[in-house]
This record gives sequence, structure tokens and C-alpha cells, in this order.
Amino acid sequence: MRVAYFPGCVAKGNCPELNQATQKIAPLLGIELVELTGAPCTGAGVLQAQNPVLADTYNAKTLALAEELDLPLMTICSTCIGCLRKSNQKLSEDEGYRAEVNAVLKSGGHEYHGGVDVTHILYVLIKELGLDNLRGMVKKPLTDLRIAPFYGCYILRPASIMGIDDPDNPTSMERVIEALGGTPVDYYGKTRCCGFPIGLENEEASFKMAGKHIGEAKDKGADCMVTPCPLCHMNLDLQQPGVSQVVGRQLDMPVLHLPQMVGLALGLSPKELGFSKHIISAQGVLAKVGA
Amino acid sequence: MIEANLKVYRYDPQTAQEPHYDTYEVKELPDFATVLDALIKVREDIDGTLAMRCSCRSAVCGSCAFRVNGHAKLGCKTKVSTLAPDGEEICVEPMGNMKVIKDLVTEMDIFWDKLKQVKPWIETVGEPPEREYQVPAAKMVELQQPMNCIMCGACVSDCTVLEEDSKFLAPAALAKAYRVVGDPRHGKTKEWLTDLSEEGGIWDCTRCLECVEVCPKDVAPMDQIIKLREQAIEEGLTDNIGAKHVLHFTESVAHTGVLDERMLPIKAAGWGWAVKNAGIAIKATLKGKIKPLLPGSHPSVTEVQDVRRIHEELEEGKRK
Repeated sequence: MRVAYFPGCVAKGNCPELNQATQKIAPLLGIELVELTGAPCTGAGVLQAQNPVLADTYNAKTLALAEELDLPLMTICSTCIGCLRKSNQKLSEDEGYRAEVNAVLKSGGHEYHGGVDVTHILYVLIKELGLDNLRGMVKKPLTDLRIAPFYGCYILRPASIMGIDDPDNPTSMERVIEALGGTPVDYYGKTRCCGFPIGLENEEASFKMAGKHIGEAKDKGADCMVTPCPLCHMNLDLQQPGVSQVVGRQLDMPVLHLPQMVGLALGLSPKELGFSKHIISAQGVLAKVGA
Repeated sequence: MIEANLKVYRYDPQTAQEPHYDTYEVKELPDFATVLDALIKVREDIDGTLAMRCSCRSAVCGSCAFRVNGHAKLGCKTKVSTLAPDGEEICVEPMGNMKVIKDLVTEMDIFWDKLKQVKPWIETVGEPPEREYQVPAAKMVELQQPMNCIMCGACVSDCTVLEEDSKFLAPAALAKAYRVVGDPRHGKTKEWLTDLSEEGGIWDCTRCLECVEVCPKDVAPMDQIIKLREQAIEEGLTDNIGAKHVLHFTESVAHTGVLDERMLPIKAAGWGWAVKNAGIAIKATLKGKIKPLLPGSHPSVTEVQDVRRIHEELEEGKRK
């Protein structure tokens, strides 16, 4: 399948290993990535507090770029999919608002008509590729690996905008983990907030949030965590040394990006998947799967 | 008729027993029974010691908020058949972030104390008009959303920031604050927003959307918090990390179309932040995770000129 690919800022910024891993697994999965190189940031829910119409117009531009290609728009970030779907809902349902936004967009040669399918690689694996197909592609099953999924907020909530998985009791990540041969670890914190968005405003609360979820996953016997959101990854991996200090506990929890986990099962090497860029070493995990 | 299999949190401070769970098989419930209906049947027919609050049974009074399968819900608005179509166990616990008085009954002090803190009343300024104060109809329609709050406490129960920081004003009080500050009759907008911009206020919300998801009345507290942030910036209350975070974020995207995550925290939180985080930044740079801060190292989108045009047009339009 072909998708309009929207990697987002973080996957090409502070988490380059996420874009790298996605680019590596896509051809193996039969997904052709047509990158939207002209598309701006979604606003991440931050810019929206200064000028919500500006955020919607940026997102309308991105949606229009996908519409021009007549392709579904695929993200690899929980925050990106949440922001794009929120704008998409407003623009697709409210004709008057769409006209207002298009009046600005048209000077740049774009117009959005509404209705583009905005998805995430997690949902592409399940709904487009299919778990049976994915299972059939596995070369190195993640046997003996206990994996704690960490969803991130925007990929689940609110259901009125996302409506793909159950926000109270999601199963998508668990089903992918199982298809790859791994064992999902269930824990309360998997759908809670990683704390990243208030890392600057209230670092202590932010780190306590991350520390609690990592600690809970560890207590439930997880070998590693896996997330479909690079913002979560930043608080869970990049900031983990600081998080460990704040919660007073050595966590040492490797955190994988979803495409990295898929890549390992497809037989790609840790180098190809950018594991050397992680702050918390995933050596133990890699050894368990023989990578 | 249907059955409900309940696992209910039990705690009585007057006994030495630790908090525990009791299970109940509730039989012969009507097909449309709610979790509250099942709990009432437990109390009336099976175990009269179960303590809980409830009143209207119609999602109006806001008394019967519990955590149902881990998330705050009104017991009277949650159908057993939707939650457990095949008779699955339903776990009912008291709300989070509140002290438990007994079983499913929690102290609501934290809810009311925070509501008082935001001064939830309108204060007009100047001479009153000859006739009534007038508010545009569209504004009242918008304010209807925070006005729909029935004060059940579900959003406070599931607030992820409050769980870690008791100073946070939390969603219900902040949504009520927007109901006041967003009202054109309120004359002390800047004064109220100044207080709301303090530690524990509007900038401490992590935008996790839990409050939006659990609210039984579609108040969307987080959306009201974002509107307070927008108003605070418009009022020039920007000398804090939260507002600087937003302003520099917007500026960064307007410049290249891509957020520069390396510079944003330094610009928002200052060089002190950079010094404190130098160790991890160097480690991440050496690992090739973060690009060194060199001129030209931050990418642009290919349509950057159009991004800049959109920004100028809409920011200019907003200033007008």
C-alpha cells in the first residue's frame, strides 16, 4: 500500500531513530512511504494555545497535500495523529470553517476538501496489513520477551476524535506484540500520561509521572517498554536518568519505538534500527531476541 | 434479564481491616440496568453495609461518580450490558485523587477547595448599564459548555497531574475559571488570569485528555484550559515558562515549518535549564540522537515560504 507519510518534527529531530526504523521496515511490510516534505508541524497542542486557527490551517495544508496525492495520511506519533484528526474533524464537518481556512490556504496553491483518512502506523499494521500477514513476516519472533506497551494520550483520547481503539481498554499494541511473538505486560499506567508536555513547566511532576509508569512496568516483570509516540519516548528514555533520580529508584528500562520492535521481529539489525541512539541501553533485550 | 458480576472496593476506617475487594453476583437486573442499579441492588438485597453516594439516577446530580474498570464514570450513566456484554467482571472503586471515607464514598474537599481558589464568580467594573448586561448569544452558547458541569468530580479523580502535584488546580476548577473569565461581563479578566498563571495553574496541565474523556457532560475541561492560556497570552501575561513555551514554539514553526526542539527549552526555560541538562544533552549528542547546535543544522520543510505566509497572515489577522 502507498501512504502519505508524515514523520513529524520529533522523529526527524530528537528521535531520529524512529524515522530511521520506519524507513527500514516499510519496504519489508510492503508499505510505500510518500513523504510530505512540504508539511509543517501539527502544533502539538502547544501552538493551539496561541492561535488555534493557525494550527488548523497548518494542518489543513498537510491534509491537502495528502488529498492531492489521493492517499491516506500516516503518522508515527501519537501527538501528531491526535492533532491532525482534531483539525480534520473540524474542517471536514464544518463547511463554513473549512471555507475560512481555505481562504488562507488557497494563496499557497492548496485547498482542502475534507475527509482524508488520518492514521498511525500502529493502525496500519492492524487494519491495512493485517496481523496474520504481519505474523507471517516474522523472522525472529520476540519469544521470551515481556513487553509493556505505553500508548500515549492522543492516540486513544478523546474517543470522539480517535474512535479507533477503546480508550479505557485498548488492545492494539498488545495484539501487535503477540503477532510478533512477544508477551504483552498489562499494567494500569499504559494509557496514562508520560508527563512530557509539562517537562519545562513542572519538571518534578512530569518526571514522577514517567517514573511511576516505568516502575509499574518493571514491577510487572517487563523486559522493555514500547511506545507509538516519540514524545513519550523522550520522557521515558532520554530523560530516564533524571526520572530515576526524582523517583529515587534505578529504573534501567529500555524503551523501544513501535517500528523498532517490528523491525527486530522482521530480522533487521539493531544498527539498522538505530538502537545505539538510545540513552538506556537495550542490550539485554537485543540479546534475548538474538539480534 | 441480565446479571452483573461486580468486584467492589471495600474500606471501613472504623474497623482494623485493610482495604479489600468483595465480589457480588447480582441477578435479575433489567436489560437496561446501569452499574448504579447493580450497586443499589447489592446494598438492598445482598450487603447492606456497602456505602456509596447516589441520588437522581439520571446523570443530573453528579453524586455517583466512581472508578469503573479503572476510569471515572457516573454509575447511573454506565450500562452493565455495554461494559460486560458476556458477564465479564466489572470493577468498581472510589474516585482517585480523593481520600476515601468509606467504600465508594470519597471526601470532596479537594474539589471544593480548588473551586473556591479560582474565585468562580463574575465581578463587573464601572457603572452598571441602564438596563440589563448584554452578552452576545454566540458567547453564551460557547460558555454553555463549561456551564454544563454537574460537579461530579470525575475529571478531578482521573487528573494525571493532580496525582503527582497537589497544588494543581485541576480540570473542574479551571473549566469553571474559564466560564467566568470568558464571560464579557467579567471586568477583572487580567487580575483573574494573573492568579491563574501562577504555579499550579493553567500552565501545569499536561493536556493528557483524561478529563475530556471521563467528563459525563462534555465539558471538555482541557479545551477550556487551552482557551484560558490563549486569553492569558492575549492579555500579555507572558513572563512565565508556560507562555514562553507557546510563543517560542509558534515562532520556531513559523521560521522553518519544523519545531527546533533543541532551542525551544532554552528559549522558554532559560540558560539555567540548559546548564542543568547539559550532561544528558552531551550524552545524546555523542550518541547521534540530538544534532549539535550548529548553524544550518535545523531542517526546513520544502514549502517553508508558504508556512511563513500563513503564519504572517493569521497572526496579523489576529492582532487586528
